[in-house]
Amino acid sequence: MWAELAITAAKLLAVATVLLTCVPIMVWVERRGAAFIQDRLGPNRVGPMGLLQPVIDAVKLFFKEDLTPGGVNPILYTLAPMVSMFVALVTFIVIPFSADAGVEVFGVPLKGIHVAPDLGVGVLYLLAISSLGVYGIVLAGWSSNNKYSLLGGLRSSAQLLSYELSLTMSVLGVILVSGTLNLQEVIARQGPEIWKWHAVTQPIGFIVFLVAAFAETNRLPFDLAEAETELVAGYHVEYSSMRFASFFMSEYINIVTISALTVTLFLGGWQVPWLTATLSGWPLVLVSAGAFAAKVAFLLWLFVWVRWSLPRFRYDQLMQLGWKGLLPLAALNLLIVGVAMGQGWL
Amino acid sequence: MELAVFFAAAVVAVATGVVAVAHRNPVVNVMSLVVTFFCVAVCYALLAAPFLAAAQILVYAGAILVLFLFVVMLLNAPLAESDQPRKLQRIFGLAAAALVGLGGAALAVVAIPGAGEPVAEGTAAAIGRLLVGPHLLAFELVSVLLLAALVGAMVLVKRKA
Repeated sequence: MWAELAITAAKLLAVATVLLTCVPIMVWVERRGAAFIQDRLGPNRVGPMGLLQPVIDAVKLFFKEDLTPGGVNPILYTLAPMVSMFVALVTFIVIPFSADAGVEVFGVPLKGIHVAPDLGVGVLYLLAISSLGVYGIVLAGWSSNNKYSLLGGLRSSAQLLSYELSLTMSVLGVILVSGTLNLQEVIARQGPEIWKWHAVTQPIGFIVFLVAAFAETNRLPFDLAEAETELVAGYHVEYSSMRFASFFMSEYINIVTISALTVTLFLGGWQVPWLTATLSGWPLVLVSAGAFAAKVAFLLWLFVWVRWSLPRFRYDQLMQLGWKGLLPLAALNLLIVGVAMGQGWL
Repeated sequence: MELAVFFAAAVVAVATGVVAVAHRNPVVNVMSLVVTFFCVAVCYALLAAPFLAAAQILVYAGAILVLFLFVVMLLNAPLAESDQPRKLQRIFGLAAAALVGLGGAALAVVAIPGAGEPVAEGTAAAIGRLLVGPHLLAFELVSVLLLAALVGAMVLVKRKA
């Protein structure tokens, strides 16, 4: 039992470290990517190709004055960034990073690089924890004693709640076909063939999920809640130094988590067209983990690409799209999947 | 090991439950209720009902309490005053709490036939089969009830253009 606990603790540590390391990498990708899209260079002086820029940014944020404005509710003001970080980090334990190749470490079966491998309700757990993310934003907006924060917080939480519906309904299509809530099984049933991945068999569901994912992470074109030109900085305007850094980091970690979820549910997870059917043992674990990382990296670049290419939605347009556009589309997808399953095509 | 987790979850649940009813600030009340429900979900998971645990967090803590929070924030509910003694209510409340506590302690001592055995499987598949099998009528009636509530909410909110 102690070996199992130690292995789980090691996996947890590895996943948390990788996640927190993704944040400075994402910051760098965002700034260089934005620059290249806007036909300029971006940070290129601090370190080779500007790679140390996020490190310097972190140091700067660390040394800023940690000011608690007067009139804020102290408990909730302190609690809000903690809730955001907690929710962002905890969702990762159900995402399988590599194949379950039957390898063993110290006599304990390492069921893939997957922190909680036997959780039968993986998808439900993920949706449940991400629905708790609303609290961080609402509490930050309300406890800051600031009109703009409150407006930003309420807008953002309404947006999150609305798009959660479409997100869940598009996931339902995937669950119907897979017949299980366990994420490792969902990937295994997608198989190494690309035409069986759910992005190809359920394109409407995939598009709905991607759009809802952008809305769930408060990313452009849906970032009205924290738009600099509209609401100063929305729900985190009154936060400084490391508390702002927590919100910032939890936003990027959310992006990584949603990308990983998209890859798991729609893009075949760690499957590689020919390799995962033929390899076994440790090479399979390494190749599948590498494939997963590559797919997630592509999706992260997609997030950055879309951010700097599309204009922002107005708030009423955003809500209309969520309720009158995406939700009926997700229901249509469910209908099509149901009919296809009944006919035996899927 | 499960005992340690259960005790931790139970203690936190009871403590935040007390805060949820006793604190002056309504927003703090709602947030401590969230923590209470989180601990209850942990207890569900320990009782081999993972679907119920996830559904508790998804529906109760993640949607219903967010709605509570919205109402409290938008209506700007004032802090509860503490200068009214309300002696009679306090006596009755403490008596009721003592009665419930004694009942719970008695349950721990007296053996109940069939306690400790799982009643039904707690996985999502098992619950799904129950819902579309023996309990189909109740399931359909509840969905009609939800639809009625939805339509009612829309009618109440709609203003004359």
